[in-house]
Amino acid sequence: MAGILFDGFAYGMLLFLLSVGLSVTLGMMNFINLSHASFGMLGGYVTVTLMQQLGWPFLATLPAAFVISALVGMVMERFMFRRMYRATDLDQTLLTIGVVFMSIAGAAYIWGTVQQPVVMPDYLSGSFLVGGVNIARYRLFLIVVALVITLLMIGGLEWTRFGAQIRAAVDNQRMARGLGLDVDRTFSLTFSLGSGLAGLGGALAIAMVGLDPGFAFAYLIYVLIVVSVGGLASIWGSFVAASLLGICDMAGKYYVPQLGSFLIYLMMVGILMWRPAGLFGKR
Amino acid sequence: MASESDSGAAFSPRNFLASRTRWHALEIVFWLSTLLPFVLVPDYLQLASQIAIAALFAISLDLILGFAGIVSIGHAAYFGLGAYTAGIVSKYGVSEPVVLLVLAAIVSGTLGYATSFIISRFRHLALIMITLGICLMLYEAANLTSWLTGGADGLQGIKIGPLLGTFKFDLYGKTAYAYALVVLFLCFLVCRRLIHSPFGLTLRGIRENPVRMPAIGAPSDAHIRKIYTIAAVIAGMAGAVLAQTTSTVSLEVLGFQRSADVLVMLILGGAGKLYGGILGSIVYLVARDQFSGINPQYWYFWIGLMMVLVVMYLPNGLLGGLEKLTRRWRAKS
Repeated sequence: MAGILFDGFAYGMLLFLLSVGLSVTLGMMNFINLSHASFGMLGGYVTVTLMQQLGWPFLATLPAAFVISALVGMVMERFMFRRMYRATDLDQTLLTIGVVFMSIAGAAYIWGTVQQPVVMPDYLSGSFLVGGVNIARYRLFLIVVALVITLLMIGGLEWTRFGAQIRAAVDNQRMARGLGLDVDRTFSLTFSLGSGLAGLGGALAIAMVGLDPGFAFAYLIYVLIVVSVGGLASIWGSFVAASLLGICDMAGKYYVPQLGSFLIYLMMVGILMWRPAGLFGKR
Repeated sequence: MASESDSGAAFSPRNFLASRTRWHALEIVFWLSTLLPFVLVPDYLQLASQIAIAALFAISLDLILGFAGIVSIGHAAYFGLGAYTAGIVSKYGVSEPVVLLVLAAIVSGTLGYATSFIISRFRHLALIMITLGICLMLYEAANLTSWLTGGADGLQGIKIGPLLGTFKFDLYGKTAYAYALVVLFLCFLVCRRLIHSPFGLTLRGIRENPVRMPAIGAPSDAHIRKIYTIAAVIAGMAGAVLAQTTSTVSLEVLGFQRSADVLVMLILGGAGKLYGGILGSIVYLVARDQFSGINPQYWYFWIGLMMVLVVMYLPNGLLGGLEKLTRRWRAKS
């Protein structure tokens, strides 16, 4: 039982890491960004390439995955997404699905369609026993990273100057402009923060879920579920939703394997019917 | 909508609706030209029937998305249910395609009616996610009940008899295309009549402002339920035609990919115009056929690029772009 809770929570944290960037871009900036998982995939490929080709240690590739995804996100925001902030939901959906398609084909072109091998360093593989519960080191690592990021994000948004600027620019663009905020720059940084987080999440996720060009579509659904169930613009909401989904999925697969993923989808529809704005959503 | 204001002669509502229902010469030319593949490209009739099916599916999505403003990224639920209904029933001795088509329409319509009570209550992201959730649940259900659906291996043993007892589905797809085209055309006629009726105008009102419509005596929820059910019926028929013309049904008919594809086709062509879905599915499927011929692995890239360009430079889809061009051309001459 405790083992399932631990594994489920770790899986939830994996989903959280993948989707926390989306609660920034979709949640706060209100941009329907279906290409989020593509940035995650990019981060994953950055990590794999650096480890395989250049022999970097795993931990050193994580910041690189963040930075490269953030830079790519910034460039795309500048030339593509910025022009679409005021477009309809539908146009944003279509544009970002187009980006997903291009990223899948691009990844297949550069890295091929095979599963990428991910070899973890020794200190992150294996497991140990605590009170009869089998604790996998990597899962513990994921949980720690996720908790750190949650604290950084919530704290950063609430108490720093940049966080206040983001909240101002998102809440009321015209007012923020009137007060002399460079809204375009803030949005650009916010978007690259979201993309960077996606890249980091992807880099961390691949050791558990593998990496091939299908990643961009396969995990898109999960990150959308986490963000919509948690409530837009709420980091804490995404955290709760991701843990809930992770634990339910793990427990469901353990106790009622014949139901498969059915349970998660049912839960999502149920929660959204109960609270259309998500668990912690305000709108 | 801009195009509604340029029919200047329409003073009374009745005249206005009548003027909209009149057939344009271009429309007649278009429908006649759908017969051309029989003569010009007889080797591509299979592709042509795929296009007709996709167009039917896109029209069904257009009814709810283009006219009533319900964004669905799980519309494959009804398509897939129709396909599975037609496939499964055919295993138990009912092989007449038309009967199967009606059965699929009924089953999909029933699910559409049942889910419409949920759909009509939500908007925005919650709605998008609920439509997706329903489709994913159906996918899982089909995956798990492999004794009925064949699960991941696909449905085995579909037996489709000759159409109306006489026309066999041949290898070249002659019957398939003719059948898909007839179903498409009939459904199109119904939809065309529907959107130019007062009901159709009400739907557009709901799309623009669902809160105000009840104030002028048009209950939004009830109308959304109606159109959603109709759209589900048509999507089910499209699925059934696919199952019959290809004699295969796999889990892919319920997949997210299919929902995304149809959305792309519709927006590519232009939503809210009926012909947009048809044009979009022609362009999308022909492009896919050509690109995958050149380079089978990377055709997705070009489709993606096409979508990005359409959104950034042709906000109303290909059809919207064409309309703009013709207006500009007319203004000059």
